[in-house]
Amino acid sequence: MLARMLSGDFPRSRVLTAVLLAILIGLAFAPFIFPGTRSLNVAAKVAVFVLLVASYDLLLGYTGIVSFAHTMFFGIGGYGVGIAMVKMGAGWGALAIGAAAALTLSLAIALAIGLLSLRVRAIFFAMITLAVASFFQILASQLSPLTGGEDGITFRLPEPLQSRLAAYYLVFAVALALFLLLLRVVNSPFGRVLLSIRENEFRSEALGYRVVTYRTVANCLAALGATVAGILYAIWLRYTGPDTTLSFDIMIDILLMVVIGGMGTLYGSAVGATLFVVAQNYLQDLMKLASGAAKGLPLLPDLLHPDRWLLWLGLLFIVCVYYFPSGIVGRLRARGL
Amino acid sequence: MPEPMLSLAGVNTHIAQYHILQGVDFEVPRGALTMLLGRNGAGKTTCLRTIMGLWRASAGSIRMDGREISRAATPDVAQLGVAYVPENMGIFAGLTVSENLRLAARSGEPDAGRLEWIFGLFPAMKTFWNALAGNLSGGQKQMLAIARAIVEPRRLLLVDEPTKGLAPSIIANMVEAFRELKRTDTTVLVVEQNFNFAKALGDTVAVMDSGRIVHTGRMDALAADSALQTKLLGLSLEAHQ
Repeated sequence: MLARMLSGDFPRSRVLTAVLLAILIGLAFAPFIFPGTRSLNVAAKVAVFVLLVASYDLLLGYTGIVSFAHTMFFGIGGYGVGIAMVKMGAGWGALAIGAAAALTLSLAIALAIGLLSLRVRAIFFAMITLAVASFFQILASQLSPLTGGEDGITFRLPEPLQSRLAAYYLVFAVALALFLLLLRVVNSPFGRVLLSIRENEFRSEALGYRVVTYRTVANCLAALGATVAGILYAIWLRYTGPDTTLSFDIMIDILLMVVIGGMGTLYGSAVGATLFVVAQNYLQDLMKLASGAAKGLPLLPDLLHPDRWLLWLGLLFIVCVYYFPSGIVGRLRARGL
Repeated sequence: MPEPMLSLAGVNTHIAQYHILQGVDFEVPRGALTMLLGRNGAGKTTCLRTIMGLWRASAGSIRMDGREISRAATPDVAQLGVAYVPENMGIFAGLTVSENLRLAARSGEPDAGRLEWIFGLFPAMKTFWNALAGNLSGGQKQMLAIARAIVEPRRLLLVDEPTKGLAPSIIANMVEAFRELKRTDTTVLVVEQNFNFAKALGDTVAVMDSGRIVHTGRMDALAADSALQTKLLGLSLEAHQ
């Protein structure tokens, strides 16, 4: 049963198993273990980002494609639901239509980008995705009657989702189900072909696999995953805007989460996303405490000032890359811990 | 006379500004093992890559079982039943032995009987079934590369320098594996520098020099003619032994 659920892809490390169980239990019981709006917000964001990062890992870690358009698909999900809810009212129909429209648009764009640019060299593909994502960001900002411009759009949800608990469990359940689905994808024959393409596309072609087709399908699956993550995030926040979905900062965060967790391991996405989101939200608090404790000492209180949290996050990233080049998951597995 | 499995006529290949294949003509008879010999830089590897569609022929005709494939994309050539073992053990180092073999099985799972046959040829494949291919020794990597090519019955097998960098004991093992493969009537084209290996296995031979075929015939006839060997390859069998 468990093997089937995990598609036979066990964590293969005792420490990793414990960490993943802690994340799963923490998220499953977050409303009861960590009461309070802020902690529930963090838990929901972790669930959304686990899905978002896992879908990006399908591209970067499994297929070897660098894309900068992942937040664009994340944004399409958010805006799809947001616009539909504002224009059609807070009903299930609007939610379904918004989600379906967002998924369709994402699929069409991913397919077009894939077919037109996955034949070219990786660097050109990355540049094309960057250009398309920038264009979409400008479009969202300029079409303010529809998108709310820089302010974004706030909307109401259907009655049952007004409850934070119901909304949280919707987000958690969908994110978990799609994470397991992605695990199934990467452990299928299709996933094996993606890994072979990442390693050597010519050898994959010599085995009879059409690299462009496989890359395009991977691009579409990743885009759909990001779109669902965007839909879930918008449902949770009841808001969507450029800063929460389309921002290039989020793209950088996703890249960091993939690298910290470990590329080419979906479990790494879960670990990386959790570590990063928790650090993003609680590092400042921790530093405030440390800064207070170091009062009276030279330099240290300044260095540990909560405003310097980005500096420490950057150092954490450098340490991770230096000591765990294959990410936390890769390191744990290699050491057999 | 039966139609050859593969025939090349006037094949030219340019790589950037270099004119590598300059009108290659030869045939690979059905069910035979053909050796493609020649000095370094003669164009042997380019010839295999051109057949596979990895380099596009700028002129000439390549026919596989009567069908023109000189314009076909690499996956299309592979799907016609052509397996290619590149030089330097073209395996997927980041995947396990089992994943490497499963990749080559179009259905996703290799046939159990075929797998047992492969384990008989290369016992190391069974021993290291779940090991990362990148962690295998050089000889084992070469065995895996060949095992991957024959994990399903193929109509034509293209193998580039299977003995390159291998210890003599491993080469002997490889000779046995190819002999076993020959019993299955698979058509094989092998690029090789090791003349003893070629002599032990080849039915027919084509010799390349400077991008052209300079000799074709029976392998045993070339093996028996040291003057011809010296002329074509710059060696005699006695000198090579």
